[in-house]
Amino acid sequence: MGTGEILWNGLALFLTLSIFSILYKDNPFYKIAEHLVVGVSAGYFAIILYYNSFIPKVWVPVVHESKFLYILPTILGVLMWTRFSRKWSWVSRYPIAAYMGIGMGVAIPVTMQAYILVPLYATMQPIGFTSMALFNNLLVAAGVLCALVYFFFSKEHTGAFGGVAKVGIWTLMVGFGAGFGLTVMGRVSLLIERFTFMRDYLQKLFGF
Amino acid sequence: MKNRFVFRKSILLIFLFSFSFFLFGLSISPAQEMGVPVAAPISAPQPPDPPMNVVAKDAPNDNGHAIVVKWSLSADDGKGKNNVLSYEIWRSDNPDTGFVLRGLVPAGTSQYLDRGAREKEEENYFPPHKNFYYQIKAKSDISFSESEVSAPAYAYGQWIHTGKLSILFATAVFTFFVLLFINWAKKGKKLYVRPIAGIDAVDEAIGRATEMGRPILYILGLGSAGELGTIASLTILNRVAKKTAEYQTPLLVPVSDPVVLTVAQEAVKAGYYEAGRPDTYKEDSVWYITSMQFAYVSAVNGLMLREKTATNIYMGVFYAESLLLAETGNVAGSIQISGTDQVAQIPFFVAATDYTLIGEELYAASAYLGKEPLLLGAIKAQDWGKILIMISLIIGAIAASFHLDFIVNLFRIKL
Repeated sequence: MGTGEILWNGLALFLTLSIFSILYKDNPFYKIAEHLVVGVSAGYFAIILYYNSFIPKVWVPVVHESKFLYILPTILGVLMWTRFSRKWSWVSRYPIAAYMGIGMGVAIPVTMQAYILVPLYATMQPIGFTSMALFNNLLVAAGVLCALVYFFFSKEHTGAFGGVAKVGIWTLMVGFGAGFGLTVMGRVSLLIERFTFMRDYLQKLFGF
Repeated sequence: MKNRFVFRKSILLIFLFSFSFFLFGLSISPAQEMGVPVAAPISAPQPPDPPMNVVAKDAPNDNGHAIVVKWSLSADDGKGKNNVLSYEIWRSDNPDTGFVLRGLVPAGTSQYLDRGAREKEEENYFPPHKNFYYQIKAKSDISFSESEVSAPAYAYGQWIHTGKLSILFATAVFTFFVLLFINWAKKGKKLYVRPIAGIDAVDEAIGRATEMGRPILYILGLGSAGELGTIASLTILNRVAKKTAEYQTPLLVPVSDPVVLTVAQEAVKAGYYEAGRPDTYKEDSVWYITSMQFAYVSAVNGLMLREKTATNIYMGVFYAESLLLAETGNVAGSIQISGTDQVAQIPFFVAATDYTLIGEELYAASAYLGKEPLLLGAIKAQDWGKILIMISLIIGAIAASFHLDFIVNLFRIKL
């Protein structure tokens, strides 16, 4: 292991342990790591924005390709800087309104497709009691119906309606539980990767 | 007599044996007699029959940079000489010359989508409104045959994607309900929205923070200002800011997106104005940290532990940071209320926070708090939308059970 590798990997080990130290309590080591990562990430993000947004989406289209339509969103972006002026800060509401309006316009059909119609079509399967597959489809359809009842806000969850809603929340919780287990396993693998990194570094450094 | 008969019979058998050996000998070449393998007789390679009826048409439901080519399979594809291995698709803007290879499909395939790039600068640019001619080559292992050149076809974009009409219809129905209920709400008709436990807890949590003299931390998540979850969260932030202004409780709102920062500042400022305390609004109570996910988390976690926030409210779009934030808040002993429309993150909030708004409850919460006709109308419309979804699901499942596919296909989106 070269000197550079020893130093950089040693720094990575130190920062990893510093972040882990918050498990004990807030301390100067955690503060150092925290401020370092925030500062570095903010600077890094500014550069990323410059190279991934400004250059390909403003500079190249307008200057090199003469696509002057791109000036319009650029002006909207520049108007955001009016926030620095107390007198003109109201102007920044226009680009914000445009941004949010476009976001909504894009989101509504996508949501309608991805979260409503596609799952609805996928749930429309033959149902019955004559085979396990048909019964499984019936369970899924019933679970979806009960979950929808849970998200019904115009009526209080009481009586039979409340009972159905309760089945709905149980259905949701079964799904959440499965998701929780899956993700935790992924997180544990990340932790193992960090431990493996530290073990390998120490093995190389001390030769055991 | 008997001996003569036996003798004649023997002569006849010998003759038959000799004749059959003679015939067998004719069919065996000298080389075979010597045990040497022999090559099959050499003949010209037999090309497969050409594909027929090549038709090129604009690809439907696209932005105008693709053409669909269809043809009838070669007579030797899967039958006849059965020697077709693949088809090559060739294209030219001149029916007589200049054909270039556009694609290759295996035998048995009778159509090809010739799709190109949209931008002129790209290598595979497909110009719209330009006539192209297609020719299909049926290929065997050593030879090929060419189809007739197709009639010209050009690509053009469509304004409406017919495969997505169900989305248009569903959006139109939902919009109708929204407008109807907003109108009712504006006319003063009382629209009931059931209490939502997580939102009722917000007032309680603000009161607790006031009693303890500690700040309230409001996290908007990592979503952009254009996302539904963030917008719903901003409405709730406005309500929380109004309450904190009334109680004079410090409010901390660290954000991770520059545009969200601007909108969040406006929302908090508006809350202070509504409470009649604009003088107490501090612009730096809403500030930007960084857009990098885990850097943001480390800063917020440090903030929770140092400021000893009494209440943490997480509302908006969250990703892998949800559990890291909620667990730290738990360690710090804060009351925590969460809400997100990110299905994968809800389990973590359910496990680690005191109250959780699940999915659509986040949107409903903003209406429930605001009590504005616009928002209440939207919630009512959503409920009616759910009723329609439930009815559709029941009808669709029954239709699928009786193989009435035309009913089920009404809900299908053809991409």
